[in-house]
Amino acid sequence: MVSGDCCTKYIRIDPSGMKRVIARLDIKGNKLVKGIHLEGWRYLPDSPNDYCNKYYLDGIDEIIYVDAVASLYNRDSLKEIIKKTTDNVFVPLTVGGGIRTIEDAIEILRSGADKVAICSQAVKTPEIISEVASRFGNQCMVLSIQAKKNKNGSYSVWYDVAREKTEIDVIEWAVRGEEAGAGEILLTGIDHEGLEKGMDLELIKKVSEAVSIPVIASGGCGSSTHFADAVNSGADAVAVAKSLHYGKMNIKSLKSELGKLGIDIRK
Amino acid sequence: MKIVTIIDYGMSNLLSITRAFEHVGAKVKIAESSNEIEGSDYLVLPGVGAFPDGMKELNSRQMVEPIRNHAKTGRPLLGVCLGMQMLLTIGHEHHTTEGLDLIKGQVLPLPKDIIGFKVPNINWHEIKMPSDGRWQSTILSQSKDLTDFYFVHSYYAKPDRMEDVLATSKFGNLEFAAAVQHNNVSGTQFHPEKSGEEGLGLLSNFLKL
Repeated sequence: MVSGDCCTKYIRIDPSGMKRVIARLDIKGNKLVKGIHLEGWRYLPDSPNDYCNKYYLDGIDEIIYVDAVASLYNRDSLKEIIKKTTDNVFVPLTVGGGIRTIEDAIEILRSGADKVAICSQAVKTPEIISEVASRFGNQCMVLSIQAKKNKNGSYSVWYDVAREKTEIDVIEWAVRGEEAGAGEILLTGIDHEGLEKGMDLELIKKVSEAVSIPVIASGGCGSSTHFADAVNSGADAVAVAKSLHYGKMNIKSLKSELGKLGIDIRK
Repeated sequence: MKIVTIIDYGMSNLLSITRAFEHVGAKVKIAESSNEIEGSDYLVLPGVGAFPDGMKELNSRQMVEPIRNHAKTGRPLLGVCLGMQMLLTIGHEHHTTEGLDLIKGQVLPLPKDIIGFKVPNINWHEIKMPSDGRWQSTILSQSKDLTDFYFVHSYYAKPDRMEDVLATSKFGNLEFAAAVQHNNVSGTQFHPEKSGEEGLGLLSNFLKL
């Protein structure tokens, strides 16, 4: 009898859970911006709230705001955008970028966010993950990971809006994040970000097989096929940005195409 | 205009639920102390966090009896997420904690060993009408069977009496109470204030009870 199956460690991704369509809005000051590889930000014409309201009415499942410059100053405009969002948008809202202390997290949550996404500060002081999780619950703590592939095929964690490299391995970091109490991972593939040419499927697969918490894949989704590929690689949700902001993709038609591709999504 | 009293015990996304009620035309009053709960027409117990912490905060603010008294008046009470879980008799999060005991039953952890289903359960899930189809004159009277709502939870309510289960949802092969109701006391495990237009519809329905 020859069979390799018994020896292969293989985690089956159950396709039965509903997958979320998330709009990611990168924000600079009071403007919506979009870059490539998390840099070279270009301003979009309308306010983030206008985009957000439209996505809500089109049936988006969730919203993510990321302060693209993660500034120490000028946080008031971000809080103002969050507050305005709660007037008209009744789906979950995650906010990240520039959260350095538990007090920063409290302010963001008080402004109306449901979850905070933390990237750089988690790299600098990993304790913040468990602090936020124990104070507000795991569901509130989203570990944001900016990942970039190395020449040897491994992935390293980057931070400070993809400007600083660490020697931390992405897979190990994701596992540590889950152990520390993160309830979700927002996984941005820097190499694919802003190109709309498809997502980093290898990265998505490796991370979602390593952790048992939901993984939100971000970076490179430009079509329903890209979305479905990410889901079939293990993503629980996909964050879409550029294609939505520039009107190349519409949430209603995206959802109907995903339905045809056999992806379980909210109608 | 309907006036909704939302209990503030330091553990909820107060702003979101306030805006949602305002959006459906209610005037919102925030109750920060026990005497502000008395005399409410529509009372809402929101909540995000752990069961023992929630009960500790309600107890330290002496809000437990006023909430129970409100329930006795027959006027509507709605618990959301942790607020719904605390309506039950006992919670088993971290350790055993007494709840408000307005709906007989327990709050149990979601199983962590169902392949493909992750805890916390953060997702939209459809809710199902019980076989006796009794959504008339409840918070779900305008909702369609199998509508999707947004859930964020690691524990679930298990009422002792089947008739207190207003709607169910599935987590893998586990069927759990997505909504509960006993007379004037209702609760949702999901977040209507985060469930889009369907969620707003539920809140608007609550105001018609």
